[in-house]
Amino acid sequence: MASLKELATRKDPLTGGHRMCPGCGAPIVVRQILLASKDPVVVVSATGCLEVSTTIFPYSAWNVPFLHNAFENAGATMSGVEAAYQNFKKKGKIDQHINFVAFGGDGGTYDIGLQSLSGAMERGHDLTYVCYNNEAYMNTGVQRSGATPRGANTTTEPAGKVSQGKVQWRKDLTEIMVAHNIPYVAQGIIGNWSDLTRKAEKAFSIRGPKFMNILQPCRLGWGYRPDATLELARLAFETCAWPVYEVENGVYKISKPKEKKPVIEYLKPQDRFRHLFKPGNEALLADIQAEVDRRWGQLLAKEAPRQGSGQ
Amino acid sequence: MSKVVARTGNEAMAEAMRQINPDVVAAYPITPATEIVMIFAKYVADGLVDTNFVAVESEHSAMSACVGASATGARVMTGTSSQGLCLMYEILPIAAALRLPIVMCDVNRAISGPINIHCDHSDTMAARDFGWLQIFSEDSQEAYDSLIQAIRIAEDPRVHLPTMVTTDGFIISHCLDRIEIVEDKEVKEFIGGDRKAANSLLDVKKPVSVGLLDLQDYYFEHRLPVAEAMKNSKKVILEVAEEFAKKFGRKYGLYEGYKLDDAEIAIVALGSTCGTAKVVIDELRAKGIKAGMLKIRVFRPFPAEEIAQALANVKAVAVLDRSDMWAGQGGQVFTEIRSALFEAVKKPQLLNYIYGLGGREIDQPMLRSVFTALQSAEKQPLVQYLGVRE
Amino acid sequence: MSEVKPGWKTLPEGDIVKGGTAAEFKTGDWRSERPVWFPERCIHCMFCWISCPDSSIVVKDGKMTGIDYDHCKGCGICVKECPVKPNKALEMKPEREGSCQR
Ligand SMILES: Cc1ncc(C[n+]2csc(CCOP(=O)(O)OP(=O)(O)O)c2C)c(N)n1
Ligand code: SF4
Ligand SMILES: [Mg+2]
Repeated sequence: MASLKELATRKDPLTGGHRMCPGCGAPIVVRQILLASKDPVVVVSATGCLEVSTTIFPYSAWNVPFLHNAFENAGATMSGVEAAYQNFKKKGKIDQHINFVAFGGDGGTYDIGLQSLSGAMERGHDLTYVCYNNEAYMNTGVQRSGATPRGANTTTEPAGKVSQGKVQWRKDLTEIMVAHNIPYVAQGIIGNWSDLTRKAEKAFSIRGPKFMNILQPCRLGWGYRPDATLELARLAFETCAWPVYEVENGVYKISKPKEKKPVIEYLKPQDRFRHLFKPGNEALLADIQAEVDRRWGQLLAKEAPRQGSGQ
Repeated sequence: MSKVVARTGNEAMAEAMRQINPDVVAAYPITPATEIVMIFAKYVADGLVDTNFVAVESEHSAMSACVGASATGARVMTGTSSQGLCLMYEILPIAAALRLPIVMCDVNRAISGPINIHCDHSDTMAARDFGWLQIFSEDSQEAYDSLIQAIRIAEDPRVHLPTMVTTDGFIISHCLDRIEIVEDKEVKEFIGGDRKAANSLLDVKKPVSVGLLDLQDYYFEHRLPVAEAMKNSKKVILEVAEEFAKKFGRKYGLYEGYKLDDAEIAIVALGSTCGTAKVVIDELRAKGIKAGMLKIRVFRPFPAEEIAQALANVKAVAVLDRSDMWAGQGGQVFTEIRSALFEAVKKPQLLNYIYGLGGREIDQPMLRSVFTALQSAEKQPLVQYLGVRE
Repeated sequence: MSEVKPGWKTLPEGDIVKGGTAAEFKTGDWRSERPVWFPERCIHCMFCWISCPDSSIVVKDGKMTGIDYDHCKGCGICVKECPVKPNKALEMKPEREGSCQR
């Protein structure tokens, strides 16, 4: 694995001067993942905060080739780029290895872009799709997505007098990707650079479709001080609200926190969950804890080698 | 040396695609265009082309993948129809704004609803404002010839716009026709080697960013060149057609006049209807009636001045639209022609017939009735629906 | 500053720019607080560099050399990530400290 000193010798994939909010986690996702590539990369991004804020004409923050097409088609767009690359390679017009990396927000990935992503994964293109997951449609002003956790306040499922924010549990996109039987699926956080860059290195070392789902705290949509971005991500990991794990060729490898913290430690610092701490919502909080535990248990069971099945 | 063969429209287009041998094709099946994709996939499977074929999971992804592939500098083609084209709509103007010369085989089919697989022009006409060149074909031969020309036109530095060549669903796409096929080598020569793109997304040494967000200060400046390129493309279409005629003998223009020079009454039509109309016109001419036709080949760019000039001396003209704008004002072709004639000092009386929706047959008696009506055009309503039951 | 923007005839074809032009756009004036670096305390672990969302930690030959105040938005993540104890090598200070006494 490349050390930080080694990573620091590589050209920064992003310049400063983009217009992401101060403390936004999305550019951290991009930098940590792309820096892990020792080969050149080509990037496609879906519409969303990352894309609009890094590419306001004539200012592009991308030091690597970059293409934005539309919101729901990063998977398909990258399929085309990769297909052309394979064609040129076959014809001997290019021999340089390139890592193709598509970025999509959770909206562009879990929801409107799910089909395009699924198609790209199923067709087996040699690309890495990274969902920078801030758990809502941030670019359009914090609307709910399929990735928004239960209880979160969003502008399309707000907490109100008779409602406590999002009613549904979030869908498990990482497992949907595992079900595609692709060679590598990872779920991670920013806030542990060594784990994230290692996962990215792993992804880049494998040919075929790879998927990474990276939790990215958003200070605007989640409501917290901008310097807490990485801390919050770590709390998501430590409470198992956002398990960190990878699935390589179907084999699960889970990062376990030293001590599993109660989920309220993660929820409490965030404005989007503030209403949950009002009297009367104890049951909902308990529900959330129970669901975190249930999902964590389910995940651990996938890693555990099966025993005693011979009877 | 060319050879004469029997081919359906779809086969003819697939054959042209094989000869063009694009770098990437991304496509999805839809009646009546499916065969193009299937035949081409077989060419790929048999190693007859060098293309990387992306069998995407939707037309939205087909066009998205085309944009991605084309941004690398690759020569890219696709094919679709109706609902598939509708699903691409979001991405079509992006392809134009990024100036990507993607070439599409578009088989005209009615748009839902109700769902219908047969020919009309509603799918293609609804795509007329997306910055794509649109070339219509009267038969398989024209489709084949135009597809080959389309590569040259789209990739010409004065154009750099995506282009669709259309056939009429089933009427052309599925009917065997006698067509002349040029030799592979000659197609290759005519196209002139690989696409030459100024930038490639794969150029990792000189990274570019493509598809940026424009605010109020740049969007307009990025859209206007599409209009300019569209204007310039007329000249390019004619140049390419001339070279094509020199090499292969078949002549093409922006439009074709059929017995139009001395016509007193005429129709304007596009696509397969023109073939039927030619028979009716010949018949009327034999009876001494000065009937004629203006067949539009290129709908985008719209040859407004050329058409106004060509119709200047005709007394009455019926514009046949195989689609409606649902504006209560007639069809798309009619609206364009009416506007083209606005400044003309000499102009015919205009009528509009909307016909053939959802594959409703257009036959000789119907066309004869149009010419009959034209003989007393002043008594006719402006817009009529032809061949629909009351 | 009134900047003359290019018209459609001079812009390159398509919606395209060369990469990295955002470096010309300064976001330093977004700051209300700024990170201040204390080189003598710095252990050059690079945690700040890998964590910066604005690529504003300047690194040379494997060593932290300073902060790019043209682009740093003052989020404070670098200070949080700095592991040096008891005094961090980075501290947040009000952006206009001292300036009001003038
Ligand atoms: C087809 C389409 N529908 C809606 C939009 C509006 N839109 C742009 S970005 C966005 C939300 C993006 O959310 P996400 O993918 O989570 O990225 P984020 O902004 O949170 O980083 C929406 C709804 C669009 N551009 N295109
Ligand atoms: S809204 Fe959230 S995701 Fe978007 S730039 Fe701001 S912090 Fe980042
Ligand atoms: Mg989001």
